[in-house]
Amino acid sequence: MNGEDKALPRAMRVVVPVLVGVVFIAIWEALVRLGNVPPFVLPAPSAIWTSLVLNFGSLMASLWVTLRVTLAAFLLAIVGGIGLAILFSQSRRIEMALFPYAVILQVTPVVAIAPLILIWVGYDRIELALLILAWIVAFFPILSNTTLGLRSADHNLRDLFRLYGAGRWQVLTELQLPSALPYILAGMKISGGLALIGAVVAEFVAGSGTGTGLAWRIVEAGYRLDIPRMFAALFLLSGLGIAIFFSLTWAEHLLLRRWHESAVRREF
Amino acid sequence: MTEADAPTRPPLVTLTGVAKTYGNGTVALAGVDATIKQGDFVSLVGPSGCGKSTLLRIVAGLIGPSAGDVRWHTTDGARPADVGFVFQDATLMPWASVLDNVFLPLKLRGIARDKARPQLMEALARVGLADFAGAFPRELSGGMKMRVSLARALVTQPPVLLMDEPFAALDEFTREKLDDDLLELWRSQRWTVIFVTHSIYESVYLSERVLVMGARPGRILGEVVIDAPHPRGPAFRRSHDYVDHCAAVSAALREGVAT
Repeated sequence: MNGEDKALPRAMRVVVPVLVGVVFIAIWEALVRLGNVPPFVLPAPSAIWTSLVLNFGSLMASLWVTLRVTLAAFLLAIVGGIGLAILFSQSRRIEMALFPYAVILQVTPVVAIAPLILIWVGYDRIELALLILAWIVAFFPILSNTTLGLRSADHNLRDLFRLYGAGRWQVLTELQLPSALPYILAGMKISGGLALIGAVVAEFVAGSGTGTGLAWRIVEAGYRLDIPRMFAALFLLSGLGIAIFFSLTWAEHLLLRRWHESAVRREF
Repeated sequence: MTEADAPTRPPLVTLTGVAKTYGNGTVALAGVDATIKQGDFVSLVGPSGCGKSTLLRIVAGLIGPSAGDVRWHTTDGARPADVGFVFQDATLMPWASVLDNVFLPLKLRGIARDKARPQLMEALARVGLADFAGAFPRELSGGMKMRVSLARALVTQPPVLLMDEPFAALDEFTREKLDDDLLELWRSQRWTVIFVTHSIYESVYLSERVLVMGARPGRILGEVVIDAPHPRGPAFRRSHDYVDHCAAVSAALREGVAT
């Protein structure tokens, strides 16, 4: 960090971006009004706000659907990713046998698998299908990061554990998992965003079958050329993504601030 | 106190023809014979690559020898369950407080933290860190981290303490202070210490016997007995006796390089 950055008070880190946002919205509003831009090309921020207020009920219901799918997929990705990584760390053979399939699941574009999953699960259980698709996208970063983290425990500490006669379970819980924690959290940060992307993509593919998620609201508003509502749904989606990112960053800070280099604030 | 009974001490561990060849064909050790007696302070000194760390790890049972035999003179012939090991790095768990780091050996044995607390505080007090129980490793200096490592090795009150170049990464002042503290602890606790170092001075200052090792292949070149009385202090570092012993170890080392 150079001197200029240091001199900035903490509050400025919030104030400056907010100010930039306000100026940006003001210019946007002015351009649309002065240039008489039609709302189906680019709606003014005030029109988007009005649309958000008018459609608040339906948009919130849609937000809830997308949020539910995203969070459920994310939680299952954490459980599945960490669980599978622990299994891999206990047996090289299981890892050898299963890891390639985890990779195949990851590299195959989710959009391409989506129709298949939808048919298998059925349109009557559409949320389950969305959940599966979002999960497929979200779980791999946690799996690969945790696998790496579990392996990265200090070798001398491993020796020390052996010297004191530690069992497998003790090595896992007292040494490997704490060592892996920063890796797991980094994986979760990626996965949180991916779960949302997965949920949105799945909704797009599922189409009118879902009828209720935020992504479908966007598609629907597009069909009707109701661009202000499209933007309103879009902002809610970004807001959701931002909320997920910041809660994970906050969790990371709380868990690592006492000991990990990435989170400790240096005083010199 | 210690040197007078040295010849009559019972043997603790005997190494016979201990050799180690690694998978890639490197001969780390070629036939080492040595006996460590109970209460000895023995140093292994030699250039890097002479296999002194390998030897220590074989004694600890962390790796097995390719040939030869490590025999413990215990009732069951096995390594004592309690062995303290100190690495070159402090090797602390960064996510755990000083107290929890020292607690580790007891925790792994299923002892509850509350029950162990007096023992933990005593171990910390012995290395002068009683006030730092709640600190995290990254908040400590290199010397203090090493003290935590030492406290962890001591907390089970092991009969044997194995040290692998423990103070090598520290500055001269800190190292001399820790050397003195270690000697003090050794005199009061009467453990057996096997101390690996590449410093001739440190080995002479600390130990009763210096096993001089040579490289390629790793082997013991000779033994220098340091018969200076304990306790030793700064005066010993300036004595002719000290210089003579250093010269003797140095000569033994050079012999190894020449051959």
